[in-house]
Amino acid sequence: MKFIRLFLGMVFGLGCFANLASAQIKIGVAEALTGNAAQYGVPIRKGFELAVSEINGSGGINGQKIELVIEDEQGKKEEAINVFKKLIFQDKVLMLFGPTLSNSAQASDPVAQGAKVVVFGTSNTADGITSIGNYVFRNSVTEADILPVTLKVAAQKTGLKKVAVLYGNDDIFTKSGYDNFKKALDGLKIPVTTTETFAKGDVDFKPQLTKIKSSNPDAIVISALVAEGAPAMVQARQLGIPLPFIGGNGMNSPKVFDLAKDNSDNLWVGSPWSSENPAAENKRFIAAYQKAQNALPDQFAAQAYDAMYIVAQALKKVKLSGKLDADRSALRNALPAVQFSGATGPFKFRQVNDKDGKPAGYDAVQTAIVMMTKGNQYVIQK
Amino acid sequence: MLAQQFVNAISLGGVYALFALGFTLIFGVLNVVNLAHGAIFMLGAYTALQAVVLFKFPLILAIAAAVMVTGCAGWLLDRFIFAPLRARQAPHLAPMIATIGLAISLNSTIQGIFGAENLRFPVHGLAAEGLQVGGVQITWLELQIILLALLLMAILLWWLNRTRMGTALRALAESRKAAALLGIDVEGLFRMTSVIAALLGGVAGVLIALYTNAVFPQMGQPMLHKGIAVVILGGMGDIRGALLGGFFLGCAEVFSVAYVGSTMRDAVAFGLLFAILLLRPEGLFGKAAQRRA
Repeated sequence: MKFIRLFLGMVFGLGCFANLASAQIKIGVAEALTGNAAQYGVPIRKGFELAVSEINGSGGINGQKIELVIEDEQGKKEEAINVFKKLIFQDKVLMLFGPTLSNSAQASDPVAQGAKVVVFGTSNTADGITSIGNYVFRNSVTEADILPVTLKVAAQKTGLKKVAVLYGNDDIFTKSGYDNFKKALDGLKIPVTTTETFAKGDVDFKPQLTKIKSSNPDAIVISALVAEGAPAMVQARQLGIPLPFIGGNGMNSPKVFDLAKDNSDNLWVGSPWSSENPAAENKRFIAAYQKAQNALPDQFAAQAYDAMYIVAQALKKVKLSGKLDADRSALRNALPAVQFSGATGPFKFRQVNDKDGKPAGYDAVQTAIVMMTKGNQYVIQK
Repeated sequence: MLAQQFVNAISLGGVYALFALGFTLIFGVLNVVNLAHGAIFMLGAYTALQAVVLFKFPLILAIAAAVMVTGCAGWLLDRFIFAPLRARQAPHLAPMIATIGLAISLNSTIQGIFGAENLRFPVHGLAAEGLQVGGVQITWLELQIILLALLLMAILLWWLNRTRMGTALRALAESRKAAALLGIDVEGLFRMTSVIAALLGGVAGVLIALYTNAVFPQMGQPMLHKGIAVVILGGMGDIRGALLGGFFLGCAEVFSVAYVGSTMRDAVAFGLLFAILLLRPEGLFGKAAQRRA
């Protein structure tokens, strides 16, 4: 008899627990937690977890707590599709975050779009992701958005009138960076004195730099990874070229302080997030992250952290009915109106069109933070 | 601009020549195309880097350390790869293929230990400071590379032409059998040549790593391609040819950037090389062809 009572008690207890669980808001997280892309996926997960613990700690969303269902998509397309299906159809999440890489997003986001579930990328920067459909959102800022701002701020602060361009022409990332720079230069009507190229693995840039020097520019725009960009900066200084360098995302790495030591000054880069940004939201984020993880956050953690708050903002406006389909589309309808100011600064959404010109998903509208290097650290310029 | 590009060309040429000296020596004497020379070059750079970073050696001692390590590598290379193949009278291609394997193993080992990313020497002054003559900038390091390439060539030429050992080496290069009949220690000379060639590669590795400001596991690969071109251009196995070929390739590359465009850098340089080889298939100092005859 005693055992039966205990058994009943357990069943009852479990039932209560299950009831409680269903009263929570289930959100899926599909990020690369192992493999090469884990260097991005792991901080992203930590950013989500920090935001959720803060939101739940202060009473949750209209009394309901957020529950994360975390899956590893390994940075692979096939795995991202599998994980998306599991989260959507088996775990029945309200919405999902991820995947880590743009490549995977191209493959897996159509699954979410087809099932009419919001998919929210925090690290996908490639063109065309959000044109997949109107359930696709992201708060990651693309190079096409950042480079014009970097150029504009650098032009204002240094008074540059004309620039020379140096880029790697055999690498898809640095080549598309060059294309975006070119568009931005045309837009700002800044003339180019000469355009020089190099190849991946090159170590000698002096002929190009000498040519650049003789063309008399006010600054050098460089689309390169740090491995080539840093030596190019050092060699420029050796040739007596003190001009500012204006770089893309490939040059936005603290590694430049190591590889171009003592020659790393006067490099201008734009970034969606900066550890040096003195905004109160950012300082609070950095302190909280350090306390929780005992490590400094990076751009990926910051963007994930903000994304969770953006969703929380939308959820507060939605009356959840308990019917999954209705709730999923209610959340989708509430998201575009969200405006939020977090660790990465003021943020809102902008709807983009798909290939046929019909309205599709939502990109980020966010001002990049422009920084200049000085004395082996970044100094914010705006 | 012209004067500065000329200085750029000469220092780049010095870099290529320095690399090509060891490469051509080993071909001239051992008759082996040593495709591990790029890896040994890389080994020299990493050794010196570790000596500076870990043991806080001054640069000159770090170069000495690199010479020791790459010299040992050259000894091991001959002892365990070239000598056994010689003893078995392996066909021409066997040692070349073996050196490809060695290069891959060395690259992977270094990459496993130090990672694939670029490293740099923490020494500043030397590479940055320099002279300014008119509008032309040249760093002390570039001057040293050019002078060292010339000096090493002079020493090698003197050694080959004016010493008994050099005479023996030339005899060996002409005919192994005849040299052995004359009582020359053939195996010992082979081993020594391998050691000298490797340590030349090691010195080149350190200086070029300082010059380009980049140490990475694959750093020998592009240099090896250029080195082969230089040696073929100069005449396989010829010391003066390595130097002249190096300066020629340096000039061709730099001036193609200056007057044609940087996208055409290698195309113009190697196109010119091809044209020269059409006119002189045996290279600038065509000894190799004579020897074969």
